[in-house]
Amino acid sequence: MINITINDIKLQVPYGTTILDAAKMANIHIPTLCHLNLHDINMVNRTASCRVCLVEVEGRRNLAPACATECFEGMVVKTNTERAIRARRTMVELLLSDHPTDCLVCEKNGNCDLQRLAAELGIRKIRYEGEKSTYTKDSSSGALYRNPDKCIMCRRCETMCNEVQTCGIYSAVDRGFETVVAPAFNLPMIDTQCTFCGQCVSVCPTAALTEVSYVDKVWEALFDSEKYVIAQTAPAIRVALGEEFGLNPGDNVTGKMVAALRRLGFKKVFDTNFAADVTIVEEAKEFIDRLNGKGRLPILTSCCPSWVKFIEHQFPELLDIPSTCKSPHMMFGAIAKTYFAEKFNIDPEKIVVVSIMPCIAKKYEIQRKEFKHGNLQDVDYVITTREFARMIREAGLDFTKLPDEDFDNPLGESTGAAVIFGATGGVIEAALRTAYEWITGESLGNVEFNEVRGLKGFKEATVKIKDMDIKIGVANGLGNARKLLEDIRDGKRFYHAIEIMACPGGCINGGGQPYHHGNLDIVKARLEALYKLDKSKPLRKSHENPAVIQMYKEYIGEIGGEKAHKLLHTHYTKREKI
Amino acid sequence: MPKYEVDEAKLRQLEEYIDSLSNKEGALIPVLYKAQEIFGYLPKDVQLFIARKLGIFAAKVYGVTTFYSYFTMQPRGKHVINICMGTACFVKGADKILEEIKKELDIKEGNMSKDGMFSVDTLRCVGACGLAPVVMVDGKVYGRVKVEDVKGILDEYRKREG
Repeated sequence: MINITINDIKLQVPYGTTILDAAKMANIHIPTLCHLNLHDINMVNRTASCRVCLVEVEGRRNLAPACATECFEGMVVKTNTERAIRARRTMVELLLSDHPTDCLVCEKNGNCDLQRLAAELGIRKIRYEGEKSTYTKDSSSGALYRNPDKCIMCRRCETMCNEVQTCGIYSAVDRGFETVVAPAFNLPMIDTQCTFCGQCVSVCPTAALTEVSYVDKVWEALFDSEKYVIAQTAPAIRVALGEEFGLNPGDNVTGKMVAALRRLGFKKVFDTNFAADVTIVEEAKEFIDRLNGKGRLPILTSCCPSWVKFIEHQFPELLDIPSTCKSPHMMFGAIAKTYFAEKFNIDPEKIVVVSIMPCIAKKYEIQRKEFKHGNLQDVDYVITTREFARMIREAGLDFTKLPDEDFDNPLGESTGAAVIFGATGGVIEAALRTAYEWITGESLGNVEFNEVRGLKGFKEATVKIKDMDIKIGVANGLGNARKLLEDIRDGKRFYHAIEIMACPGGCINGGGQPYHHGNLDIVKARLEALYKLDKSKPLRKSHENPAVIQMYKEYIGEIGGEKAHKLLHTHYTKREKI
Repeated sequence: MPKYEVDEAKLRQLEEYIDSLSNKEGALIPVLYKAQEIFGYLPKDVQLFIARKLGIFAAKVYGVTTFYSYFTMQPRGKHVINICMGTACFVKGADKILEEIKKELDIKEGNMSKDGMFSVDTLRCVGACGLAPVVMVDGKVYGRVKVEDVKGILDEYRKREG
């Protein structure tokens, strides 16, 4: 421990503590901008590039960045001297002098760290005038929107992408005033190995990185009387959407969410969870087939489009191990435009499927050519939790006062197994519940597999099924996935089944969720809420979903059969590293 | 192996160099230096090759390439012309010499002439201020250059190539 003094407050801090952390212990607030510490997922951005946290250190000539300066014995720090306050304000003014400052019409209005800081520091005038950077905007992926004009060079996206997700899309390119955070060779994002996980969007303090919005397209479809617009909602939405309306993280707002969708004009409000149950019966069947020697082990889950694109670029030699199952919302799209359309006698050409997702990669996924049949696309639009909240506000709905309503049938029914898809470990747990019963022919007493739950980046479990020890691996975050896959490729580790989610924590922390602003307790609350929801469901095993059973009986036939393959399965493409 | 649209023999030469390195960590700058020596410049595919060979991200390679002014993504001509833009040369009209060379070769600064014979760059002070304005071609220094000398200097090299 070392002794320091901050603003005349004496305190002891452990060796290696930064001034910023020490100040927090003394309840002293030092403004920050580029700094971000996501301790739970091992992501620390300590570039000290914005210089907003400058403080005075006695005996030091220059001001010190509090986020990157470690305390030393006897250190005396002053955070609120005239010099420090002026310097901070100057830093922000300089940042603003090369910023579009179009806050009123900016997609981050109200959610922007730079805007918040300008308010906090009482900036009323930008004293500096000069050249402003203008760069090409990139929406080539139809998923991720890059607007480098709004970049403040905090490099959070780089840290997230390089260190946590190990995709290495961004680098500082050029130098001096010309510097821009950009992909290799300034390529359009769609030509890079970007998986569109959107974690860079989650941590971008401004609107330099956001999603490509389809809100206008969805409104257009909703107002078109020729169209039959239906919604499906991902599991992770219902425990996060409330945050946008002042409710607590993890508050389950399923009923209000359904009510809101109806009031926005969706003809039917369905649940992606229904399709998650379908995914499980298909995937469990495929798993059992592979256990019986038909195909290679391990089987990898394929629900996460970002993870799928990652393996296509990074491990093209392993493309025979992911399950061939489409992701649940793509299965839903295919089912909606065939089974549902036929059953209710609706022209599939008129059906518009809108997926409400915690995800940005799903916007890319729906454009993949495997999911287009003639001029019909399985899913037409994907909007994020944030975009959905925006639509609710635009329509003037008082969200918290909406009544609780139920999903429509038949594609609205689901089990507890489906709802946990939204958390890391959930898909494999759901698959185990079904596979166990199918292999043993016995009923599973305790359906909860606690070893695969929780935010840890990598989890494993061994499950005894009949006389077999089934080894399960779970990775979340693409960096963790990469390590796992390298070991699988090199034969260093063996598992029977593996679940991978691109985002740390799974979909509850997806790139399309309400911004967490560096507070991962929000994500933990969402996680707990999903398991609570699972527990509250009368049915907790996917293969017991009566609506799923009925659909197979009426339309699809055999699980894993020919029609199932045509509608519910897909294939993968080798891609290059770039 | 992915296809690279560059001279294969040169690429093999670069590969041999990279393979000969005992420690590939931190080797990016020497490798880029070597690659530019071999290819004359650093086209996209060479950078991609280096990234994959060293197991680092292409964006990082590109970031380093664009950071250092020594590295160029523009092909270099057979003969590299450098015009000194230091204070003394500038005062003595180096900018007019540069304009004349650009006009004569019909190219922009940093680029290569259509026939691949010349490329043009500027630099800051070669330490021969007494000879201002100074033009260097492949390291050979021409002093007190006048606008009307430009054509003669270029012809010298053109003739040599026949």
